[in-house]
Amino acid sequence: MTFTVRQISRTSDGREIVRASNIDAGTIKIGRDAASDIHLADLAVELHHATITVLDNGRINVASETDRDFAIDGRSVQSIDVDPLKGGELVFGSHRLTVSKDGGVVIITVERFEAVSDSTGEKQEIGLFTLSGLLAGRRMQAWSFISMVLVLFLAWPIYTYATTSGVKNRTAGFHADESWNSGPLSKAHAKLANDCQACHTEKFVAVTDDSCRACHKNDSHDHSTKARLAQAAIPADFGGKVKSFFKTSFNKPEGGCVDCHTEHEGEDYMKPTKQAFCTDCHGTLKQRLTDTKLANAGDFGTDHPQFQVAATVKVQNDQRFYRRVSLDTKPSENNGLIFPHDVHLSKGNGVARMAQTMRGEQGWGSSLACKDCHTPSKDGHRYQPVDMEKDCQMCHSLGIGGKTLKHAEPAKVVAQIRSFYASGPAYRPASLDNFARRRPGDYAAVETAQDYAVGSRIFQGQASEAIRDVFAQGGACYDCHIISKTPSRGAPVTFRDVVQPDRYMKKGWFDHKAHDDETCESCHAATTSGKATDLLLPGISTCRTCHVGENGGKLKPVKDPVASSCALCHDYHLDNKAPWRSKIKQKRLDRQSNAKTTIASRN
Amino acid sequence: MATQAPERGVQSGRAKSDGTHEGFLRHKSYRWLKIAFVLSAVAIAGYVLIDVKPRPNGGTWYGYLLGVVGTLLIFWLTMLGIRKRIPSRKRWSLKGWTSAHIYLGIALAVIGTLHTGFQIDWNVHTLAYVLMMLVILSGLWGITAYTRLPKKMSLNREELTENQMLEGLRSMDRQINDAAQPLDHRYAELVRKSLQENPFGGGLLRRLIGFYPKNKTRKTLARLSEEIAFRPGEDNPIVRLDGLLARKESKVQRLRKHLQYKARLEIWLYFHVPLTFALIAALSAHIVSVFFYW
Repeated sequence: MTFTVRQISRTSDGREIVRASNIDAGTIKIGRDAASDIHLADLAVELHHATITVLDNGRINVASETDRDFAIDGRSVQSIDVDPLKGGELVFGSHRLTVSKDGGVVIITVERFEAVSDSTGEKQEIGLFTLSGLLAGRRMQAWSFISMVLVLFLAWPIYTYATTSGVKNRTAGFHADESWNSGPLSKAHAKLANDCQACHTEKFVAVTDDSCRACHKNDSHDHSTKARLAQAAIPADFGGKVKSFFKTSFNKPEGGCVDCHTEHEGEDYMKPTKQAFCTDCHGTLKQRLTDTKLANAGDFGTDHPQFQVAATVKVQNDQRFYRRVSLDTKPSENNGLIFPHDVHLSKGNGVARMAQTMRGEQGWGSSLACKDCHTPSKDGHRYQPVDMEKDCQMCHSLGIGGKTLKHAEPAKVVAQIRSFYASGPAYRPASLDNFARRRPGDYAAVETAQDYAVGSRIFQGQASEAIRDVFAQGGACYDCHIISKTPSRGAPVTFRDVVQPDRYMKKGWFDHKAHDDETCESCHAATTSGKATDLLLPGISTCRTCHVGENGGKLKPVKDPVASSCALCHDYHLDNKAPWRSKIKQKRLDRQSNAKTTIASRN
Repeated sequence: MATQAPERGVQSGRAKSDGTHEGFLRHKSYRWLKIAFVLSAVAIAGYVLIDVKPRPNGGTWYGYLLGVVGTLLIFWLTMLGIRKRIPSRKRWSLKGWTSAHIYLGIALAVIGTLHTGFQIDWNVHTLAYVLMMLVILSGLWGITAYTRLPKKMSLNREELTENQMLEGLRSMDRQINDAAQPLDHRYAELVRKSLQENPFGGGLLRRLIGFYPKNKTRKTLARLSEEIAFRPGEDNPIVRLDGLLARKESKVQRLRKHLQYKARLEIWLYFHVPLTFALIAALSAHIVSVFFYW
């Protein structure tokens, strides 16, 4: 039997080179040993790896010479009979031996199918030295990032907008357009946080005033007409022009609520507008709004007109008419009362003596103080009107024969006096009889006798005389009230109407509670006021001893300056409530004092 | 300073006729550093001095301006990817462009931060800002890589090209394969392990830190060295193999060091580039969302 061994090798350009040799033998050796019949220069092959023996039936037997296998048609074996006519493929290490038969000659084609080493094998040389094979490509990463971001942060929120548009109340929980939220909403609006469309109703349309008014039906109104506001505004500076450009380019109207009430600025209370917001117009208002009655105001500390207070002009049908006058003109007002503050607050006169006498009963000091007659309102901002029965009568008694004349009702007073005179002579006390048990000393009996004598004298008079006396000079009413002699039906006289205004500064805000560490006298010159017509209101110079402008502007040195922007006293949407800044300040103070109390109670 | 830049990286410029060399950082005596500095200083001064109402952020007129400048800068900075693919030496040299890219990119961090008004929250706006900062940080990482690594790299490869390195290794493998033919199966297997080892293998982490504990060539070398210790003699094929394997090992080491430097020169781009596109997407969402819910 003859074998033909065909060794195939390839040139660098892939061309085949075939070297054939004939071996005439019954057995041939396969191995790495150079002396082998089929020499495989392959380190994975044993020196003498296998032997091929020709069998009688024309087949060949391939048998391993060691305990190492070889492969036949993909199967690992130690020994196998192969029919060369049918053929077969043997694999030793990196070599493939293909068996076939041609004209009685067994042909074994030998070819190396793997490179000598990993390095010598084919390498994708482009990018071999780079990271391209080790990481996902940058382009693919970029596309994945782009699609992820656009889907999550653009498409999804827009889908949410489209599907919940026009829905009155959104369901609770997360909505994708919340990822567009530029910052937490203020406390008042916090509950709207997951309902963007509560305010942002239309796409690409700025929040409209209608959105605000949907809830703020009654608590907002314009500061002035749009035309006057436009006339009053200073011409836009560079920044204003830039802002205007953006607003007109991107469909945001000027002058909306949101121009000033900016949201998404933090979880706290909505920020009060800065002073410049007011003074931009009001600092030089007269230059542009020539017909305005308002004086220019640029800064509380340095450029603010004297306060104009609402001084009472007249009272008609219980309605108070007032006009605004500057405190510089030292205005007075007639409130219908006669009352000298100085006498009452004196530390050394009869009033002070009286106060000392009644100290135990009323809890007063060595003389009267403001608080003895003036009671703060419930909220502490202002004071309640002085009430004769509560605040005066403890001294200025209207008692008669064990009863008290009805204050403020002259008709009843008249009736009470008449009734008193109709009730008969005075009762003679038993102690004046000689039958009574006597006590040591005579003074008690003398006092009782004097009382009885006075009583008896009064009874001897006429009711009409007493009625005349009580309203006339020297009478109980006359000391405090201005009484006209004009008679009228039901009452013999008429009183001048009395007014006690709760507020003198209608355009500004003053909170007594916020000033409770000050004495009354430090602002109100009551101790030197002898007439009730004195308007005991402090002027701006008094305020300026503490309050300076928002940025510390002042005319005179201030020891402990309190920075005060316009919004501390003034409100843009004027109402009877505290301005926004004062409200926030008060809430903070309350919170701090609550916290202190809590800590104290824990201790 | 980058004196030798890798093929696919940023060219650090051509040597001038007087022999001095100016890299992309020092380009034209730091021209772009100065411009970026002035730009940042003006932006900061504006932020501090201009009293915008109600408070500084992207919604004020100054915020709008910073936003527009920032957006234009981002798009211009992205253009480097296109510019470097277009060979041109007219007016804007790639070195000048790169220098501007670096310094204006750093200025963008200032402008972007001022645009936020330091209002950071969990939203698409902050996402865009964070992505921008990540892109800039990865860029700074790239700058440090490009200033420090090329010199080490060129020292390591000793003027060999990458192809020469690979060919050197292949030649060693062929010689080792030939020399190992007469060996017993036991030794042949050892040598085969060295041959079969992929010098480029080992994953990203190994590439970056250059640590290959299972170095087959070194192991084979150690085992064979033990052998010759007991069987000296110059005609022993193991002695020859020992020399060949030692040479291969040093070549493998050089190659792996080279791969490590290259990986470190390249890895930051795998953050810088994809994050840039993520930033552009987030920026688009940011701009659309602002005007959508105006």
